[in-house]
Amino acid sequence: MTIETTAAREPETRVIVSRLLAAGPDADFARHLARFGAFDPAAAAPRLLAELEASGLTGRGGAGFAAWRKCAATADARDSSPRARRVVIGNGAEGEPFSRKDETLLRNAPHLVIDGLLAAAAAVGASELYLYAGEPGLSAIHGAVAERADGAGIRVTAAADTFLSGQASAVVNAIATGRPLPRDPVGRLSESGLRGRPTLLHNVETLAHIGLIARYGADWFRAAGTAADPGTRLVTVAGDVPRAQVLEVHGGARIDAVLEAAGADPSRISAVLVGGYHGAWLTADQLGTALSPEALTPYGAHPGAGILLALDRTRCAVQTTAEIIDYLAGQSARQCGPCLFGLPALAASWRDLAAGAVPGAAPGEAPHRAWTLADAVDGRGACAHPDGTARLSRSALRVFAADIEQHRNGRCLRAAH
Amino acid sequence: MNQTISNGRPPRPDPAPAVALHIDWTRCDGRGLCSELLPELLGRDEWGYPLASERHRGRDIPVPAESEAAARDAAALCPVLALRLTDPRAR
Repeated sequence: MTIETTAAREPETRVIVSRLLAAGPDADFARHLARFGAFDPAAAAPRLLAELEASGLTGRGGAGFAAWRKCAATADARDSSPRARRVVIGNGAEGEPFSRKDETLLRNAPHLVIDGLLAAAAAVGASELYLYAGEPGLSAIHGAVAERADGAGIRVTAAADTFLSGQASAVVNAIATGRPLPRDPVGRLSESGLRGRPTLLHNVETLAHIGLIARYGADWFRAAGTAADPGTRLVTVAGDVPRAQVLEVHGGARIDAVLEAAGADPSRISAVLVGGYHGAWLTADQLGTALSPEALTPYGAHPGAGILLALDRTRCAVQTTAEIIDYLAGQSARQCGPCLFGLPALAASWRDLAAGAVPGAAPGEAPHRAWTLADAVDGRGACAHPDGTARLSRSALRVFAADIEQHRNGRCLRAAH
Repeated sequence: MNQTISNGRPPRPDPAPAVALHIDWTRCDGRGLCSELLPELLGRDEWGYPLASERHRGRDIPVPAESEAAARDAAALCPVLALRLTDPRAR
């Protein structure tokens, strides 16, 4: 059994890849140029959208939309007034408490992010450029922008250290008003974003990939990963692993292979939260799944911002989920009623589940309040914070049903191992 | 939003209404006037906020033609200006 699973795993070289971080640690502009070569955004601009479409690059901030579509929508935005001066924003706010991939990218390869920002701006005809991040990425951006002549026009804005500071409308709001709060989605940012201007907002990792695709083309990008999940992605492996770390992995890499590459022993792991706090749990027997949008769909999961939170088999999954939902309730922007009241109620229902106090919800009877509360908050806010919290709650109710049942009987499945 | 996760209910076909009622949840205070004007469309949740039927829970609630006049009244009369009629096909 052990031999079979070991043999079935992909060798590490098929998991780890070095593209975004290929210029080495803390790469300055000279080392960036030495590794990737000089780059002229204007020369790359005419073909960039076609190359992005052919590359299959998807957004790496969480939503996972095709990267070229947002670019094309911004480029095509109605252009009738001077207010239509286009804007490009690189989003490096990393609200997920365990995520370190954007920070790692900005510290080590800020110039690749800037290349992608300049390339995207040239391709969509934008004249206003922003980079938005919290520390320590912010300092790295300031240093990198100062190193290059074409960085002079880039405005650098500090992101608050909150879960929602990286939400798209919150980013635009923070830059415009200093308040990192989501806004009612009136229309698309590509039509009316920052101060009403057509706005392209991409995650900084997405921009770094754009910086490489603008240089080397779509075919080169597709040489890594799989046909369904081309290229590479940065993954933060955290939780019950020997050392939390950021890895660049091939698209379509298996979750267990990524965990092993991070030095974890998959046989010690009972479940993995995939995609971050708005994500979904996969159990130990599901870890052969690829970390790709397609493969994760049956589990209601998505690579999200590339977070794998490992749960050791001795750690209580119910208690862990209760703590995460409590955190998410506390991170509500407190603007929308169903989120403001519903998330704390959902958190309370999870505290009850963890404590084994579940009145009137024996198996087969009325669904537990955690189910009805997830339905009550889903889709009922300006942003997807309630939706994402509902997703996590539903996933945990399904995946940890046996654990929850044990808690009801005053026991915990995990303590014995 | 990352993706739409099914919660077990099969999607049902819709006759594609011409207008939708958009709720600005950042403004909505749960005053309840809309649910009084549009009882066929909106109930209220346990905290008093407008609650559409399970099929249309979200930010934009499709309004059937026979409810359109009442929906316009609700949008005009909302004391916190949290409602707006939108074209669902444009979003």
